[in-house]
Amino acid sequence: MSRVGVFVCHCGTNIAQTVDVERVAEAAKSFPGVVYSSTYKYMCSEPGQAMIKETIEKENLDRIVICSCTPRMHEVTFRKMLKGTKINPYQLEIANIREQCSWVHTDKEKATEKAINLARMSVAKVLLNEPLHTSSIPITKRALVIGGGIAGIQAALDIADAGHEVVLVEKESSIGGKMAMLDKTFPTLDCSACISTPKMVDVSQHPNITLMTSSEIESVGGYVGNFDVTIRQKAKYVNHDICTGCGLCETKCPTKVISEFNQGLAKRPAIGKMYAQAVPAKPVIDPNACRKLIDGKCGLCAKLCPLGCINFEDEDKLVTEKFGAIVVATGYQLIEWGELYPEYGGGKYKDVITGLQFERLVNASGPSEGHILRPSDNTEPKTIVIIKCVGSRDPKKGKSYCSRACCMYGAKHAHQILDKIPGAKVVTFYIDVRTPGKNYEEFYDNTRHDGAIYVRGRVSKIYEEDGKLICLGEDSLLARKVAVKADMVVLETAMVPAVGIRELAGMLGIAVDNHGWVTEAHPKLRPVETQTGGVFLCGVCQGPKDIPDTVAQAGAAASKVIGLLNKDSMETSPMISKVDESKCAGCGFCVKMCPYKAITLEDIDVRQGPKTVKKTVAKINGGLCQGCGACNVACRTGCIELLGFKNNQILEEVDSLCL
Amino acid sequence: MSVKENWEPKILAFCCNWCTYTGADLAGLNRMKYPENVHVIRVPCSSRVNPQFIIRAFQKGCDGVMVCGCHPGDCHYATGNYYTRRRFMLMKRLLEHNGIDPNRFVCRWISGAEAAKFRDVVTQVSNQIKAMGPNEKFREPYYLEKEAE
Repeated sequence: MSRVGVFVCHCGTNIAQTVDVERVAEAAKSFPGVVYSSTYKYMCSEPGQAMIKETIEKENLDRIVICSCTPRMHEVTFRKMLKGTKINPYQLEIANIREQCSWVHTDKEKATEKAINLARMSVAKVLLNEPLHTSSIPITKRALVIGGGIAGIQAALDIADAGHEVVLVEKESSIGGKMAMLDKTFPTLDCSACISTPKMVDVSQHPNITLMTSSEIESVGGYVGNFDVTIRQKAKYVNHDICTGCGLCETKCPTKVISEFNQGLAKRPAIGKMYAQAVPAKPVIDPNACRKLIDGKCGLCAKLCPLGCINFEDEDKLVTEKFGAIVVATGYQLIEWGELYPEYGGGKYKDVITGLQFERLVNASGPSEGHILRPSDNTEPKTIVIIKCVGSRDPKKGKSYCSRACCMYGAKHAHQILDKIPGAKVVTFYIDVRTPGKNYEEFYDNTRHDGAIYVRGRVSKIYEEDGKLICLGEDSLLARKVAVKADMVVLETAMVPAVGIRELAGMLGIAVDNHGWVTEAHPKLRPVETQTGGVFLCGVCQGPKDIPDTVAQAGAAASKVIGLLNKDSMETSPMISKVDESKCAGCGFCVKMCPYKAITLEDIDVRQGPKTVKKTVAKINGGLCQGCGACNVACRTGCIELLGFKNNQILEEVDSLCL
Repeated sequence: MSVKENWEPKILAFCCNWCTYTGADLAGLNRMKYPENVHVIRVPCSSRVNPQFIIRAFQKGCDGVMVCGCHPGDCHYATGNYYTRRRFMLMKRLLEHNGIDPNRFVCRWISGAEAAKFRDVVTQVSNQIKAMGPNEKFREPYYLEKEAE
């Protein structure tokens, strides 16, 4: 027979003035299972806790109910208190008679009655409480960073500097991401490569960082502290262990294909580095372009290589490694505007380019060595139209959101044009100009002072006439149609999540929103955590942002990872779901319900009369289960129970209210 | 049916630990006032609430039942309240089909910051159910032996 003790707190006068605590204690004596009840001024105080502990010994209690403030306040306190006693910390229930009774009611008679009801409900529940035990899981002190852009680089460096091992996985052959393509960064106009390449070199030289380029995540298993990640290292066809990166192979490669890094504005050989400052500074072969790999003829690079690094037989390798934490930093790409905007030529006019193409044009290491030249005829454009929000803030054609960085890099592009082409005319079409950042507004102001013309309105059509691109639009402030005869048009297109983010999110068990941006655990208070423990995010994969915000977020994600990896082990809550295997029918309905992928189906051996048979049952991973209880309700046989909130416990609460 | 003069309904509110329960605590902290006949049962997530609990409450003599959770999209467990939403859309129709006034069963999204909304919702539900009178559907028979005890 259970021996329940009920302790009613006065909370000074907070409870006692609207609830007759003595009457509650008296009434509690008559509840089934209750052998002792008393009141005290402050149960949470040191003498209050000492009194409870003493009573537990003296009255030989095996579970207690404390009628006090909200369990969100002192449940942890009282559980800690019980650790030193013979009662399991989970043999405790708290009746909330302050926040949800004494403070919200004025009629003492009715409030006391409600307090008695609440106490009775808690007693009914505690009678069915079971001793629960926290388990601790060891933590693998290694972090995986997915994505080698500036976000991933910064996060990897910060984690590695704190002394933890990091593996940085990048799907391209070099790290650097989009920032490596940029020419200058707003609002300070410092050269993007000058600030990002030293960091890239740091990554390659850091003793704690292992760089895996040309690699992708194949599968993810496990849970916080103990992830098993399989990484596919795509065939490079060049032995990087002996390659010195001399670059001889690139010079004679007869195949030339469109350079992705130069955004289609230049060509590259089938073997080579992604760009001059690539890290690692070693070439790879593009299997989709190499003649030797496609039809077996050529092999020129293998003959040239003085060290014999080229290996056409190279194959993809799968490696499985253990990690304690994962940082997602997969970044973005630009929206495919061609199909969405046939009125802008849909890609048929060579001189209608994207912002990223413009970055390559104006970049000293780009195809035109930093001279702004029209891609069609390599002449210097004199009149340039910049169109902002192409695909952004346009739910009908593109995306509903604002891509955040375009207003500023649009202003930067205008500044660079005016700076590099004397006498140039820049017309920027905008919806709004958004410059929320340190020194951003000043930069935009300066650009206008330099001579950039800002027209509020959209361009409705672009067509070619006498070698000029006629941009028809509207000046909505003056309510008139405008037309600009442009030599070149720059479209500041929307950012969209990197290809494959949905598949990756599926593997990691994290959520993405309807656009594909990774969802943070809480938009304000947990901005770099995901809903899956041990998986963090940083950079544009969470939503469009500029470089300062990306770097700040990367640092924040790194500090969360360091905090996790500094621990040797972590305690898991015992209030998780549990399967009664004898009742489980193995329907698998719960598997689909679980937002944490904590439930799997497994075959077990069961005795059926004299023989042993196989049976499929649901299995819950204690490291992944967060204790929401969604599976409980979905379970058709009622075999899953959430410990601490079991069906019969809640039903007892319901019943005892309705006595 | 005659209702006693001083009859008070019994209302049960299943509140998710992360939003509505916190909101109810905040209402207390701000000393907001609402009727005494609302009793809160804490659940980790509104998706933990089994439709069975609601039937049981009506069966045992509750006059109104509420299920409250985080706003859609804000669930602490990512998707729990979407399950709640679907389940209780059906539940409401099932109750109506069985002759229970659907106004006796209320499903609301109340965040941890919406103390005033919590107060307003429970006050409104309480008044509404008071006006409706005691629930007789689903009720277990009243055992005379109980009185003798």
